[in-house]
Formats: sequence, structure tokens, C-alpha cells
Amino acid sequence: MITSVLVANRGEIARRVFRTCRELGLATVAVHSDADAEALHVRGADAAVRLPGTAPADTYLRRDLLVKAALDAGADAVHPGYGFLSENADFARAVIEAGLVWIGPPPEAIEAMAFKTRAKELMRAAGVPLLEPVPAGEADAGRLPLLVKASAGGGGRGMRVVRRLADLPDEIAAAQSEAAGAFGDGEVFVEPYLERARHVEVQVLADGEGTVWVLGTRDCSLQRRHQKVVEEAPAPGLDEERTEALHRAAEEAARAVGYRSAGTVEFLVPTGDGGPYFLEMNTRLQVEHPVTECVHRVDLVAEQVRIAEGRSLDAAGPPPAQGHAVEARLYAEDPARGWQPQTGEVLHLNVPDATEGTGGHRHPDASTPVLPWRVGEHSGLRLDTGVTAGSEIGTAYDPMLAKVIAWAPERRDAVRLLADALARARIHGPATNRELLVRSLRHPEFTSGAFDTGFYERHLASLTEELVGAREDRRTAALAAALADAAARTGAPEGPGRPPAVRIGGWRNVPSQPQVKTYRAEPAGEEPEEVEVRYRLTRQGLLADAHPAVRLLSAAPDGVCLELDGVRREFAVARYGERIHVDSAAGSYAFTALPRLPEPEPERRPGSLVAPMPGTVVRVADGLVVGDRVAAGQPLLWLEAMKMEHEVAAPVSGVLTVLDVEPGRQVEMGAVLAVVDE
Amino acid sequence: MSALHTRLDPSSEEFAGRRAAMLDRLTELETEHAKALAGGGEKYVERHRGRGKLPARERVELLLDPDTPFLELSPLAGWGSDYTVGGSLVAGIGVVAGVECLVTANDPTVRGGASNPWTLRKALRANEIAYENRLPCISLVESGGADLPSQKEVFIPGGALFRDITRLSEAGIPTVAVVFGNSTAGGAYIPGMSDHVIMVKERSKVFLGGPPLVKEATGEDADEEELGGAEMHATTSGLADYLALDEEDALRTARRVIARLNWRKADEGPRVGAVVRDPLYPEEDLLGVVPEDLKVPFDPREVIARLVDASEFDEFKPRYGPSLVTGWAKLHGYPLGILANAQGVLFSEEAQKAAQFIQLANQRDVPLLFLHNTTGYMVGTEYEQGGIVKHGSMMINAVSNSKVPHLSVLVGASYGAGHYGMCGRAYNPRFLFAWPSAKSAVMGPQQLAGVLSRVMRQSAAAKGRPFDEEADAGLRAMVEEQVESESLPMFLSGRLYDDGVIDPRDTRTVLGLCLSAIHTAPVQGARGGFGIFRM
Repeated sequence: MITSVLVANRGEIARRVFRTCRELGLATVAVHSDADAEALHVRGADAAVRLPGTAPADTYLRRDLLVKAALDAGADAVHPGYGFLSENADFARAVIEAGLVWIGPPPEAIEAMAFKTRAKELMRAAGVPLLEPVPAGEADAGRLPLLVKASAGGGGRGMRVVRRLADLPDEIAAAQSEAAGAFGDGEVFVEPYLERARHVEVQVLADGEGTVWVLGTRDCSLQRRHQKVVEEAPAPGLDEERTEALHRAAEEAARAVGYRSAGTVEFLVPTGDGGPYFLEMNTRLQVEHPVTECVHRVDLVAEQVRIAEGRSLDAAGPPPAQGHAVEARLYAEDPARGWQPQTGEVLHLNVPDATEGTGGHRHPDASTPVLPWRVGEHSGLRLDTGVTAGSEIGTAYDPMLAKVIAWAPERRDAVRLLADALARARIHGPATNRELLVRSLRHPEFTSGAFDTGFYERHLASLTEELVGAREDRRTAALAAALADAAARTGAPEGPGRPPAVRIGGWRNVPSQPQVKTYRAEPAGEEPEEVEVRYRLTRQGLLADAHPAVRLLSAAPDGVCLELDGVRREFAVARYGERIHVDSAAGSYAFTALPRLPEPEPERRPGSLVAPMPGTVVRVADGLVVGDRVAAGQPLLWLEAMKMEHEVAAPVSGVLTVLDVEPGRQVEMGAVLAVVDE
Repeated sequence: MSALHTRLDPSSEEFAGRRAAMLDRLTELETEHAKALAGGGEKYVERHRGRGKLPARERVELLLDPDTPFLELSPLAGWGSDYTVGGSLVAGIGVVAGVECLVTANDPTVRGGASNPWTLRKALRANEIAYENRLPCISLVESGGADLPSQKEVFIPGGALFRDITRLSEAGIPTVAVVFGNSTAGGAYIPGMSDHVIMVKERSKVFLGGPPLVKEATGEDADEEELGGAEMHATTSGLADYLALDEEDALRTARRVIARLNWRKADEGPRVGAVVRDPLYPEEDLLGVVPEDLKVPFDPREVIARLVDASEFDEFKPRYGPSLVTGWAKLHGYPLGILANAQGVLFSEEAQKAAQFIQLANQRDVPLLFLHNTTGYMVGTEYEQGGIVKHGSMMINAVSNSKVPHLSVLVGASYGAGHYGMCGRAYNPRFLFAWPSAKSAVMGPQQLAGVLSRVMRQSAAAKGRPFDEEADAGLRAMVEEQVESESLPMFLSGRLYDDGVIDPRDTRTVLGLCLSAIHTAPVQGARGGFGIFRM
């Protein structure tokens, strides 16, 4: 019997597994890198073991340290979560060899599915339909577009679409390098790329004793850069025949490898005829598992634990599907700027009415359904997160902040509920994809269910462009920020640095000009905008330039109530140093209060190459040395941040006069990396 | 606690009439303030901006903490003179980096910011306020020095300006000079005498003699930057402590200097955590309290009820000497003793009551507020025999030697010795403001003209000359008109006899700001320490 579980992972998935452990009465052991020493998943665990260092290769990918941690902390089982070593057969073996219980599939099953090329062969033999790989030599223009994939890959990493044959060799090389870096194996393969297809996957649970539960479909077609953004269960709009085919193929796949534990079989389903085509099998719990949990009222983690303990699944099959669940992944990223990952401290994260969940498991053994999160009769919201106020979003790990899941009896209700929950959420800190998620969930193509993996390619521009009136709304939000700021100053307690006169506010007996405050807004997809707020609080009330129809009803440091054209609107305001977040029904806005009297900026030499984000220098262009002539736009070096490589190119043509980097060096955003003199 | 009741009826015709009259006067006041705001006029303001420079008031606004008040002082300086209203100087009390400071700024759009006699009087008054209330001083300097045509009135008394700076410094009151442009000849002593000096690169010019004067005196061909530029002073002479890159940088630096003063008010505020309650009655009503004709009395409790916290007022000796209302209250949390004229005339009882009340306030360290509406001490045989001179003197003695801070507001009339007894300008109230309805003179214009006429009639009779009634009527009218115009608040404010004319509705705010400023210095009354009270 398992008594204590180490989760060889971090963030939300570690917390997710721990929650089930608590419900099952299991002790919890966390591991953490140095960067995660204060992370939420560590704080919630019964014990935690430090993995020195920060890079995954030094920490969460160290099989030896993880096994030792489990033994040291007295854990008797290991759950790998997803990512990191979750599909590493050697790790599974090491755990088992150390006498610990491995909460996952048998190492052989992992191995069989680990390499996509081999997995495909296996599936072909088992009669599962799939897309045949294109041997490197046989690629020709007629077979375009093509997809280069890392054999050992997952999560979209190392995946590249090729539309011009000439690009193929470079893309293969790049994918190889990325795959080698990310997975320790540079093998890639090429297959046809389906432009219009849906990503549909099937959740399976197998007890290794002949019972395989097929827990319905999930649609994960809303992807950016081959990473899922929105997932739902069941996949909408699939006829019975295709659903049946998917279920059958998934079960066959699981049986073909003697699967045990939870796994996911992924398929491509063309929007037209054909398919489904087997893509791969993920021999682990998936990020998007909560939608299945919601629909089936099954705690997949609990089932994994039970199966690991040798218990069997009910041969009668899983609880039937009920209703519809949709999940959105909240990332610290800027969709309008090439999905650039955002870093910084999470200042506040609150999704109203959402509670952390385990899926609301109902096991056949349990007499009453356990619904620890709010799945009411009508609807429910679940929040899975590993961050909280104070958490630092760095460059070392995935920038996902949270998953928000909505369940309702019907798809349209679940989608609407999720969009609203995200819109109302108060998310302060780095910029996020929240607005994109909300607009995606409200997009007619999505609400109708007729979408495919090309959704963002087609709609990203329109989904990130400013809505009509957005500028005006933003200016009103800035006004609210300014008024909250005034209220904070006026209402602050008296004492040194705050003479009683301050309570009187910005009063003038001889008024010459309004109060002026300037905020920088960084709206998605737009250039940063400086918003100047000019106002006076007079006996007659608020007089704000450019807001003639605004009346101030009340102002407090944390909220302002304005009447706009006769309609009362609330603005919740939160201030963190110079950073201000304003949340309202019209939208959420982040501002930086600009100093009225800025310090003069240090002069930066023209032609400076500046780090666009914090990261690590991965390589410098071959043979590049100071004194070289470079052309404008010529890539000079590459930074890695958030698992993505970013090219830094020469801003002008000229001579390289400074080159202040070497591979492996950590750089801050804005750091001068090199200088090119014209 | 006794909250005051009101008998004011804002729906009455009487109220409406008074209010309309007051609003007219406020409109006139605004027109005059606008002249000060306009400075040297659009053309000079544009030229100044064209040089990349900020107007004086914009400099002040950028210096102040956002959303904090600025009490501008003597904005009407020079009103009624040949000089631009405002005295080419902005002066006021504002909060800089959390510290209440006395801020002055030359207005370079008015004749290059040159000092005329009114500039001087305004600056000296500002220094006095800083000294008495221990307010750190920030001077935003850009002045071409003395206004040469009026040098005879500026040069000799003007020396006091530099003396004041070092006396402030000696008293431990920080002085900061931010030099935005010219500060030459005598003006060079402003940074020279200040504790902290900030100069702006390529803008500040500080020297005793400019290139033409140097050439004249010694034959040297001097370069202006070499002679007195900011960089020279920051690197070579050491006169500048900080070299700012531009005006904003200079203001930023000034704020940092203030932030590092380690400045502490003697009294940080009224009782930490105390809730300050607004008056029960709207400030708006103050427009309709004072009658247009100052001969009509009004109850000052209607004013007090709209000034003090929660309208709570504990009256002292309410049944004795009822023509002067005295009592205790709080204003923006600060304890305050109030003396307010009720029936205009001060009798012996009122004078004695005032003397006692002032002594009590001194024993208790409570500041005093005088609300003026007095026609003076009572005259007549009965009153002279009753000792009105003695009793009036007692009151003036008490006011003169009182050590608690005094605030005076001229609400209505302030005539004769009553003006003195109620702490008129000569009795050094820390601050004195006037409502647009106020009038101050040796006596009311009609009375003065009447007295004059009577004296002339007697003189004519004594000499046996016929009395020209027509000429007398003309003279009376002329005298009345002249005295009337010279009793008006704008005229008096122009001569620096008050610190400003205020909107009655702002009175509570103005007094709150004054009390906050006053408490930067310790408040301690006289213990004994009065002149001989003639009993």
C-alpha cells in the first residue's frame, strides 16, 4: 500500500497530484529547484527536497537525485506529473528498481511509444490508421506542406511546419538542435502536414489486467505554435461513427503496448473526409486531463494511484459522460507579439467562483460522489494553478499561470461560463493571454464548434487587434487609476512624510492647471501608449480633460465608481509600486505610472543590440568577432528564453565594435549585448 | 459637545440676495487672479516656452507632490499699482516629498522676473511665514534682479531678502535654491546664501557681474558660461551642489534634497487615527451669510458652524459680553479657540472677555482664530467713563503678547481699534485672509466722510464762515468713495495687508492648511508674559 508520494515535478501539476494525495490520505513530498524554493507546490507539501540548481537538466530531469529524494524523504511512490521525466522509461525503471512504486505506465509501454517513428510502426501493425512518414529523400513540392517533428518530442517542441521545400534542410537542422536540447535526442521525422484538421485525443485508463476504460474524446485544436491553448471534452461535432472509430483506435493502441495507468492517444481528424489518423500516444497524465475529469466525474490521478497499487478497474466501464467541459490555459505571454513569454512577479491571481479541483472523483468503491470543487448541478468552475501572489515567472520553466476549467450540461453554457470567468478574473503581474482566450471563446467559429488547428493562423490578427472603443475605455481606466491614486494619497494616515495638509487633496485657491498623471499602457498588439490624465477635483466635482461626460461617484484607493454617460461603472484598482491594474466589466488594463520627473536616461550608443527579454545566450553567429562588418538584419546571436530561441540581429549595417556575450551567459532584459557602429 | 444649530434659510430671498452679491465679487476676484496667472502675457509666455523653459506655475506644480494642496499666498500683490498683479512672483505653501514647504518662483515672463517693490514685499512676507512656521524654503529662481526704474524702492530694503535666507538657515530651516536662469548681481546671493543649490546645465547664470560689467570694470573679455554657468559652478566654483541636465531634472533633484532633509514637524498631526468630521452644514451656505450692507449684523455662529469639525463649538461666557462670541472647537482635527464679532461693537465686557479667553488659550497652547466683523470699540461718555480705553487696551495687550499662533479672517467690517484688538495685520497673525465682503479702514467710509464733514462744519462755524453745503456734499461723496475703494479687500491685498482674498467656501480648507503649516513649529502659548493689564 502506498503511504507517501513524491511528485517529480513542479507547479500546478505537482499541486494537482498533491490534492488527490490528500483526499486519499497520502503524505506528499515535493522537489524543487533553487528557483522554486518558495514555490506554491513546495509550501503545500508535507516534505520537500531541494534539487540544487535551476536549469531543468540540473534539477527536475535528474533521475538519480529524484530517486534519492524519494528515498530520503520516505516516499514509497513517485508520480511524474507531465513533462520533465514523465515519459522517461529509464526514470520509471530507476524508480521501480529503487523499490518504489511508479505511478505511471510500465517502462516498456513508455518506450514503445517514446519514439514517434517506432510508435507509428507499432500502431500500423495493430491496424490503427495513421499518416505515413515522408522519408527525407522523398520530400518533393507536391507533398508540401510538411511537418518536421522530433521523434522524442512532446508538447509541440521541436515541431516545424515547412511550406517551401528549400526551407526543409534548415528546419530539420533547427528542429534537431532544439530536440537535442530539449529531449536529449536529436532524431526528427517528416510527415504530411494537414492544414485543416482537428486535434482530437482520447483519454484511456488501463489496469494492465485487461480492462481498458475509454474516457471519451477531447478536442485540443486551438493551438499556438503546436501548443494547446483551449481544450474541451467531449470533442464537439463528431458523428457517432468517427467517435466510435476514435474510441476503438485508442483502445487498440493501449492494448497493443500492454498499457497500464492513464494515457492519451492523439489523433488528427481532418475537417473534411478521412482520418482519424493516429499521431502519438502520450504515456502520462495530460495537461488537459481536467476536462475529462469534469465530464466523467473521475479523478484520474486517484485512478492512477489505485492502478499503481494493483487494483483493477471496474469491468463495467467508466461513469458515463455528463455535460461538457472546457479548459483554457492562462499563459504569461503576449500573443500579439509572437507569443513572447512574459516574466515577472505574479501580483495577484483570482478567478471568481473557481476552486481548485481534483476532478470531483467518483470511484465505484466510494458510496457517495466526492465533489471537492464546485460542480453544481448546473455548472462549475475549476482552477488548477501553481502560482500565487509573489510567485516569480522566470525564464527557466513553462510560463503557464493556471488552467481554468468550466463545466456545464451543454457546451455553449460551459464556453460562456469560462469566457466570463476569465474576463472577470483579476490577474495582476506579467501580461497574459487572457484577453485572447476570452475573445477566442467568444469567436463564432469556436462557439459553433466548426474550428480546426489553423484557428490562430487565421484569426490571431483579428483576435488581438484593438476593439472599437478600446482606446477610450483604456483612457477611462487610466482616469480611474489616477483617481484611486489621489484617494490613496489623500486618505493615508498622518505621520512623518504625510502632513495633515495632504488630506485636503489637490486643492488650489488660484488654480492654474489640472493634476497631470501619465501612465504607460501596453495594449496587446499595439505600440505602448502613453496616456495622460488631466483632472481637477473641484467643488463642482471631477473636471477631467477629454472626459466631459464623466461624473465621479466615489473614489477609494482600491476602487473608483464613475458615471459614464449616465451609466454607473465600477473600476477595481490595485497598485503595486509603479504598476497599476484596473479591472472593470469593460476590460482589464495594466498601467505603469510614469514619473513626472524622470531620471535622465543613460545614453545608449546607437547601434546597440539589446536583449529583448531575459534569457540565456545560446550561441553567437559562427566566427563572429569584434571588427567584423555586419549587415542590418544579420543575425548575430541567439537567446533562449522560455524554451524558445530568439534571434538578435544587427540593427544597422556597420562594424561590430562590442560583443559582450558568450554562450551560457544569463542576460537581463535591456542588457546591451553588442554594438554595431555604422 | 454642543453642535451649533443654524437659522440660516438658504431658500430665503435675503440669502439669495447675499449669495448673488458674493458670487459677483468672486467673479471679480477670479478676473484679478487671472491677471496674476497670465503673468507677462501670452507673447512672453510663448517666448519663454520657446526657449524650452517652463512657466513659474508649471515649475511649482511639477515640484509639488501630486494630489496635494497648494495655498498660494499674496496672489494679488501689486493690485492697484502700475505693476502686474502678482508681483512677478509665485509664493505659496505646498507639499514636496511629504514635507510642507514655502515655495517661491519668479515669473520670468513679467519683465524678466525682475523684482519690483511688490515682489520684494511679497518675498519678504513669504520669508516671514517660513521663519515663523519653520517651513523649509524652496526658491525657483529666474530673475533679472531689481526692476531698475524702481530701484530706489527695491535696492535698500531688498537686502533683507538675503539676510532672511541665512537667518532661516541659522534657525535650522532648510533653504533650497533652484536656479533656472539668471540669478545675477544681488540675485547671486540667493544661491550663495542657500543651504542647497541646484543649477541647470546651460541655463543657470550666476555671477556678480556679467560680461559687460566685467569688461567695464577690469577690461576682461569674459565668457558667460565660464563666468557663471551651471557647469562651472558645479565643477569649479563649487557654488552649485547639483548640476541638473534640464528643468525637470532640477525639480527632481530638489525633491530628492527635500526627501533627504530628515524633516520632522513639531506636531505630526492631530491625534493619530482621529476621525475628522466635516461640518454639519454645507460650505456653500457661506456665500449667503454676510449682508451686502455691513451695517446689518449677522450671527458669526452661522460661519463657525460651517468651519469647524462636526459644527461642534463649546462657547465660552456666552451670556457675558455677547457682542463677541468666544469658544473652543476643532478644525481639521486641530484644537482652536475662536473669537468672532457678533454685533460689530466691542464694549468693555467683550474686551475683558477676549483678554481672558486669549490668556486661557495661551495656558492651554491652543491656536486662535479671529473672525472679524467689527466697527471698533464703543464710544460715548458712558463707555469712556466705564473704562473702554482700559479694557480695549487689555484686549490689545493680550493679543499683542499672546504666543499661540493666530489666524485672522476678515469676514465683514474690520474698523478702527477693533481691527487691532481682533489681531489685524500689525499684530502679526500667522496668516490673515479676507473674504470678498470684507472692508478695513480706520472707520466706515460714511462715518469717516461724516466725521470729516462735521469737523469742517465746526471749523467754519468757529471762523464764522458760511458753510458751503453743496461743496460739502461733493467732498463727502468723494471721501466716501475713496475710503470705500481703499477699504476693499483687493486693494488691501494688493498692498500685502493680507495673505490673500479667499472664496468663503474655501475658508475651512485654507484654515486647515494654515493649521497644518503652523504645527510644523512647536505651538506654545505665553505663560504669564503679558504687559501690565490696566485693571
